[in-house]
Amino acid sequence: MNLKLTTRQVGDVTVVDAAGRITLGEGSSTFRDTIKSLVNQGQKKILVNLGEVTYIDSSGIGELVSGYTTVSNAGGKLKLLNLTKRVHDLLQITKLYTVFDVFDEEAKALASF
Amino acid sequence: MPNAESRPEILYDHQLESTLASVDASEEIAKTLASQLGFDEEQTYHIGYAVREAVVNAVVHGNLYNANKRVRLLVERAAPWLQVTVEDEGMGFEEGRQADPLAVENLLSQSGRGILIIRAFMDEVSIGRTAGGGTRIVMRKSLPPPA
Repeated sequence: MNLKLTTRQVGDVTVVDAAGRITLGEGSSTFRDTIKSLVNQGQKKILVNLGEVTYIDSSGIGELVSGYTTVSNAGGKLKLLNLTKRVHDLLQITKLYTVFDVFDEEAKALASF
Repeated sequence: MPNAESRPEILYDHQLESTLASVDASEEIAKTLASQLGFDEEQTYHIGYAVREAVVNAVVHGNLYNANKRVRLLVERAAPWLQVTVEDEGMGFEEGRQADPLAVENLLSQSGRGILIIRAFMDEVSIGRTAGGGTRIVMRKSLPPPA
């Protein structure tokens, strides 16, 4: 399944619900374009919900990092919600667990901004 | 003299085009063969992931998407291993020259994590050169015990 991204606004936080695969090519570029578009619109609090993401390759991981940097450089914050075990394992292998704020509950994630 | 069981059995050996379609196909081929060999779902995912990353490196960084260059995908049952070899026709890759993706100063790099994950997901990994100067990566995973 290709990557599908849906955005919704909860207060001043933009939640990006992701589903499918974030891999080199279309998936990565879709994610990158969406985050850049949100930043260009002035959104500074972005919560990426990865609960329905079945697969992220190293290119997709790179896009998560790039998104984090893009939002941070604009003075905002990008946080992650609902990691699957596989995505969790990848963030541990790559030590990116030390970079991202990760949450299991949306309410707590929203309150953290 | 090795007995018949120790001889590698070639399960797949093809030259693939330097395209993203080959990346997807390689992952599926590896997963299908791994599953047929009795690897469980998680191990099959790891093998497919490692093969995907190796072929991405070959297509993107080795062959630079050059339509005239091919990626060789060789999958063998070489007891006690499943052995996967990926070769490209690029300029070669020197692992020691790559930035450490786990170094604090590199954590926010957009790329450079593929080999790290391959090493985490496979049991043995070696990286060298082909006779033509391209990169050859050999990845091994212990075969599951017979059912």
